[in-house]
Amino acid sequence: MRQLISIRVVAVAIGLFFALSVLWALVRGIGPGFSNLAEYGQFTEPNVEQAFHKHPNHYDFSFDGPVGNWDVGQLQRGLKVYDEVCSACHSLKFVAFRDLAELGLTPGQIKAFAAKHQVPGVDKNTGEATTVPGLPTDYFPSPYPNEIAARAANNNAVPPDLSLMTKARHDGTNYVVSLLTGYQKQPAELLKRFPEAKTPPGLHYNPYFANLNIAMPPPLHTDGQVTFDDGAPSDIKSMAEDVAAFLTWTAEPKLVKRRQTGWPVVIFLIFATGLAYMSKQQVWAAVKPKKAA
Amino acid sequence: MSFPWAKEYQPQHPLMRYMDEKLPLPRLVYNAVGAGYPVPRNLSYFWNFGVLAGFFLVFQIVTGVVLAMHYAANSTVAFSSIEHIMRDVNWGWLLRYAHANGASFFFIVVYIHIFRGFYYSSYKAPREMIWLLGVVIFLLMMATAFMGYVLPWGQMSYWGAKVITSLFGAIPLAGEAIEVWLLGGYAPDNASLNRFFSLHFLLPFVILGVVILHIWALHIPGSSNPTGVEVKDESDTVPFHPYYTAKDGFGLGVALVLFFILVFFLPNYLGHPDNYIEANPLSTPAHIVPEWYFWPFYAILRAFTQDIFFIPAKLMGVMAMFSAILMWFFLPWLDRSPVRSGHYRPLFRKFFWFGLIPTMALLFYCGGAPAEEPYVMLSQIATAYYFLHFLVVLPIVSMVEKPEPLPNSITEAVLGSDKTMVKGEAADPAV
Ligand code: HEC
Ligand code: HEM
Repeated sequence: MRQLISIRVVAVAIGLFFALSVLWALVRGIGPGFSNLAEYGQFTEPNVEQAFHKHPNHYDFSFDGPVGNWDVGQLQRGLKVYDEVCSACHSLKFVAFRDLAELGLTPGQIKAFAAKHQVPGVDKNTGEATTVPGLPTDYFPSPYPNEIAARAANNNAVPPDLSLMTKARHDGTNYVVSLLTGYQKQPAELLKRFPEAKTPPGLHYNPYFANLNIAMPPPLHTDGQVTFDDGAPSDIKSMAEDVAAFLTWTAEPKLVKRRQTGWPVVIFLIFATGLAYMSKQQVWAAVKPKKAA
Repeated sequence: MSFPWAKEYQPQHPLMRYMDEKLPLPRLVYNAVGAGYPVPRNLSYFWNFGVLAGFFLVFQIVTGVVLAMHYAANSTVAFSSIEHIMRDVNWGWLLRYAHANGASFFFIVVYIHIFRGFYYSSYKAPREMIWLLGVVIFLLMMATAFMGYVLPWGQMSYWGAKVITSLFGAIPLAGEAIEVWLLGGYAPDNASLNRFFSLHFLLPFVILGVVILHIWALHIPGSSNPTGVEVKDESDTVPFHPYYTAKDGFGLGVALVLFFILVFFLPNYLGHPDNYIEANPLSTPAHIVPEWYFWPFYAILRAFTQDIFFIPAKLMGVMAMFSAILMWFFLPWLDRSPVRSGHYRPLFRKFFWFGLIPTMALLFYCGGAPAEEPYVMLSQIATAYYFLHFLVVLPIVSMVEKPEPLPNSITEAVLGSDKTMVKGEAADPAV
């Protein structure tokens, strides 16, 4: 018994020690002597990003919601935007040309599409590294031979691979549209409040980008920049939406199949759970106290 | 051991009689989850969560073993091997989403299981050993989940590994050496990834072993129940099968419906977008956050922002974070109230609902938030209460509180004082 009392005395002492230490930290506040938090992420004073960063706007897509489906025409247009514009700087390394069958391209079209792209290969005669026309089994190539070349061409920023982009940003699909259509002049108010935050030369102000100044020049700048074969509108917003839809597909090609599998599974489970509930009720009927008896 | 009125296994078929003689496995099952195991008749749905935890443990092992057939534990290809699983392996996307969300569900289920234990003080004698083994399981689960999250080698994998292993660096003198030893280098790299994969494969089987001990220990006193009054005679119990097999079956159904809604419709909801960016040692994410189930303890870790005497702030945070769980080991001896169930403990109940629960909610919230005000302040307040609750409030409340009157027996609690049901009737199912 005496031992047990001392366990509790020790416990109370330890409890008070931790509680008082943390309250001491609370009272002292996070002053300049603050050391611990920086380890777990940047500790930021109120700054220009917090004041002017914008969350993505909402755009409607055919694949929204639990029963949404791809708009194959839109995905093909998005592919065209990627191919004619974005692929100048961005790779798509997890997508193979053969995957385009899911966008409704025929084997012949895929072969032709692949052959239009140069992929890394070996010269059959000399054995030297070179580029060769792509095959359906090849993956979308990177426009740059390596990271240094990518940096050199883009004001010291590397254009990231776009395969997973819509999953690698919060609210990714909407983010891509917002980013592509969000280029603007720096607000006068920003310059007034944070004069030192003027967009440096070579960067572009975009409030949807995390640190507001992005190295990517506005890739979609002119209405009609890409001509769509199906006659769909090609203003900047439409092109942005189409390429965002396409990048949603590249990030999660199984999106629609996933939901279509999900419905029967969940409905079956609800049904089975209903049966389980009924059998549970029946099993328990005999031992349950009778109500109002 | 079980209650004297437990039914005995009587094999009917000659083959089963033969088995019973040579290897009484069917008898073991009969006595563990069959008609041979009497269980209090008044268990609420909170007593479903142990079985649910067992289900998700097996589920994680099965999906994990198949994932391991396609995954490559090498830092140059780990990230793309995950994408290979998501894109090229038949049903690979389902397998991976099921395993990732299965871990989350496992934690949801186990958190409810633990908080059931807090409210009904299931940790008290004679069930201390069940509880102690439970805390060991929880620690092993956290280690397993942490290492599993490193495997996809995304940005959060990498930086999470770096932050967590750097915690060991706070240990005086040996810290840095331990950190290097854990990682197999000065920063997370191929050596770290390989050992994490090896351990992540191993630990679930260790957990399985401890779970077997946990259930073995449980079967000695049997389950407690919402009244906390011990079983007195046969009318207090029903045989596990068919009563609790039926009830657990229903509970499992509900859990699976919720689980598969998450897997099929919101598979990335609990994840972090940064983990779809491949690990890059040169680019630190703006905010490093672990998986949601670590948030309360991450909040405690970050709440200590001042040195205390000669103890650096970081070391304080690390000590507090580990103590926050390790102190659960001592609960059976800190809470001295003779009454188990919170239903009959007015003061304890107030501290539980208005102290512990909001504190946990706050810690969850702050642990996932960036390391800035007001979150730091909130987590400091919550952390203070968290320690006070277990180490100061609980021992004192259990000494001064006057519990409400308990029912004389489980049967009385279920049926009211007029016993309309005679002894023994409860033992026969209606089917
Ligand atoms: C002239 C080259 C160039 C072209 C063309 C280009 N980009 Fe970029 N992009 C970049 C660079 C450089 C970055 C990196 C910016 C930075 O880190 O500041 C970038 C970054 C991005 C990002 C990531 C932003 C973030 O949150 O990190 C997205 C999304 C993106 N580009 C989409 C596109 C799309 C879609 C297209 C085609 C419509 C496109 N880009 C065309 C150069 C380009
Ligand atoms: C892999 C994880 C776990 C599994 C599979 C598991 C399994 C079980 C099962 C099947 C039961 C009986 C049914 C029930 O009461 O819900 C049980 C009871 C119990 N478990 Fe666990 N458990 C796990 C983790 C834990 C943890 C982490 C703790 C505490 C830290 C814990 C504490 C207890 C206690 C105290 C009981 C007895 C409850 C009572 O009788 O009132 N368990 N466990």
